[in-house]
Amino acid sequence: MSKKLRAVIIGPGNIGTDLLMKMQRSDWIEPVWMVGIDPESEGLKRAESMGIKTSSTGIDGMLDQVIADDIRVAFDATSAYVHAENSRKLNELGVIMVDLTPAAIGPFCVPPVNLKQHASQLEMNVNMVTCGGQATIPMVAAVSQVQDVEYGEIVATVSSRSIGPGTRQNIDEFTRTTAGAVEAVGGADRGKAIIIVNPAEPPLMMRDTIHCLTKETPDQDAITASVKNMVKEVQKYVPGYKLVNGPIFDGNKVSVFMEVEGLGDFLPKYAGNLDIMTAAGLRTAEMFAEEAHNGTITLPARG
Amino acid sequence: MDLTGKKVTLHDMSLRDGMHAKQHQLSLEQMVAISTGLDEAGIPLIEVTHGDGLGGASLNYGFPAHTDEEYLNAVVPKMKNAKISALLLPGIGTVDHLKMARDCGVNTIRVATHCTEADVSEQHIGMAAKMEMDTVGFLMMAHMVSPEKVLEQAKLMESYGANCIYCTDSAGYMLPDEVTEKIGLLRSELNANTEIGFHGHHNMGMAIANSLAAMDAGANRIDGSVAGLGAGAGNTPLEVFVAVLDRMQANHGVDLYKIMDVAEDLVVPLMDQPIRVDRDALTLGYAGVYSSFLLFAQRAEAKYGIQARDILVELGRRGTVGGQEDMIEDLALTMAKDKGLI
Repeated sequence: MSKKLRAVIIGPGNIGTDLLMKMQRSDWIEPVWMVGIDPESEGLKRAESMGIKTSSTGIDGMLDQVIADDIRVAFDATSAYVHAENSRKLNELGVIMVDLTPAAIGPFCVPPVNLKQHASQLEMNVNMVTCGGQATIPMVAAVSQVQDVEYGEIVATVSSRSIGPGTRQNIDEFTRTTAGAVEAVGGADRGKAIIIVNPAEPPLMMRDTIHCLTKETPDQDAITASVKNMVKEVQKYVPGYKLVNGPIFDGNKVSVFMEVEGLGDFLPKYAGNLDIMTAAGLRTAEMFAEEAHNGTITLPARG
Repeated sequence: MDLTGKKVTLHDMSLRDGMHAKQHQLSLEQMVAISTGLDEAGIPLIEVTHGDGLGGASLNYGFPAHTDEEYLNAVVPKMKNAKISALLLPGIGTVDHLKMARDCGVNTIRVATHCTEADVSEQHIGMAAKMEMDTVGFLMMAHMVSPEKVLEQAKLMESYGANCIYCTDSAGYMLPDEVTEKIGLLRSELNANTEIGFHGHHNMGMAIANSLAAMDAGANRIDGSVAGLGAGAGNTPLEVFVAVLDRMQANHGVDLYKIMDVAEDLVVPLMDQPIRVDRDALTLGYAGVYSSFLLFAQRAEAKYGIQARDILVELGRRGTVGGQEDMIEDLALTMAKDKGLI
């Protein structure tokens, strides 16, 4: 039996397609299905030409194949509105759900911070927060792992071309979800998130600023070391994750300035915000596969 | 130019845009004193919030002396005739802030986006319109795009439910002809019952001239600020604008001496620095950079030894937009490293 877990990608848009391209290089995850709701979708056609099975009637079009095809993991890159149903139907069949929508019905997952914990507990639905959250929460955690953070604030600036209509129609969801995860995963007592959309041409690289207020005077050496170490952890799955400036200290304020360059698989390199989502999602599924292979967790039984 | 009898709604910014110049530290007493003075003088609409709008309280933009809710609760009950407006930038504030403002008695919500990103405002404009508030779409940094693009984005905001659209010269970059062209196109293409507004900054010394051009081209709401208290070289100084409108016999409804006195007796004494076209504010206008970057660039100059002017010009070259205050320290650090200063 192959060590690879077999996967379905829901949503053949930019995120789903980029995910598919990354997955084809994975040692742990094998893309088998891609589903959408539009038979004319470019994404579905592209997937088909890559030898992937497709359905244009959503996941209902492939549910009866889940067992036969031994699908063990699903990636939902659709919208918060349909995610809950997708997750329920697939979880029932023992498929682990990696949620790339803002639905957040499962616990937040930011790989270098808490993925190991989720994988070891075999969480059946993990949520990847938001692009801004994936890019910044590791830095908040890097500070809060050294000492108490009473307030964490992140500012994500993304190119206009890299954010789609779904995010635009519900931009509040981005700020709320990210702020919640700055607290829940980043470890700040209170969190705030700001997103700025910039239309410059050529498009600007995703950049992120992270500010933390520590309760006590910051231990500059320990925080600097922790931040640099965390950057390396993120670089394992997003090589273009770069510390531009900082950490700099001003009283109890610690500031870090980041830039995120994507791999340029399907999405252009400037869209580091989308890349960090797909890379984190894939990294998450890989960890489940590794743990299952090592016998640390046992995947749901199939008769 | 003939503005005889032309009706205009003057909208004061001193307690919102002016918060930038005060690093968001106006006291409740100052807010109440200025707003009641303006109410008394006949100003019909007064904006009150953090400089970056509802929810702007942050390390990035500055923590205010009081919450938006505290400011609004202090000011709204004191108004006899004036209405209160609140600004909201999607990505910073949310519909929760909007509902809070409505519950505080705010009459007018102004939803502000960069001039190419109107589609992030749908949920906020839609919500404000649904709550039957005076709902304004506020297109910032409008100098960066063509009149046609401003119109396209204005139509989106109109379709979400805005009953008034602003062409906003956030950088104080525009010259009067540009204002005429942009406002003129909005006036001729938007619904006849959609109001048009103009918000200027005085960084190139053009705020009065631009506001007149806007009125002449069809704008009927004009933003200004008593004593000019606002970001950069300030907004259109309202007492000056009122005097000019008086001479032109426009229908503005404001008592000139009373607003002069608010400017002189209440606002000028509380300024932390003169609000004037100094070399840095002039650079904002000249390079087309968001006005609230001024004090951040000056602080970066003091901290890292890079001239504020050089930082601002580079921010302009990079196409920086409103809200990117975090770029200033980041860029100053990079420039200081390149020069071997740190």
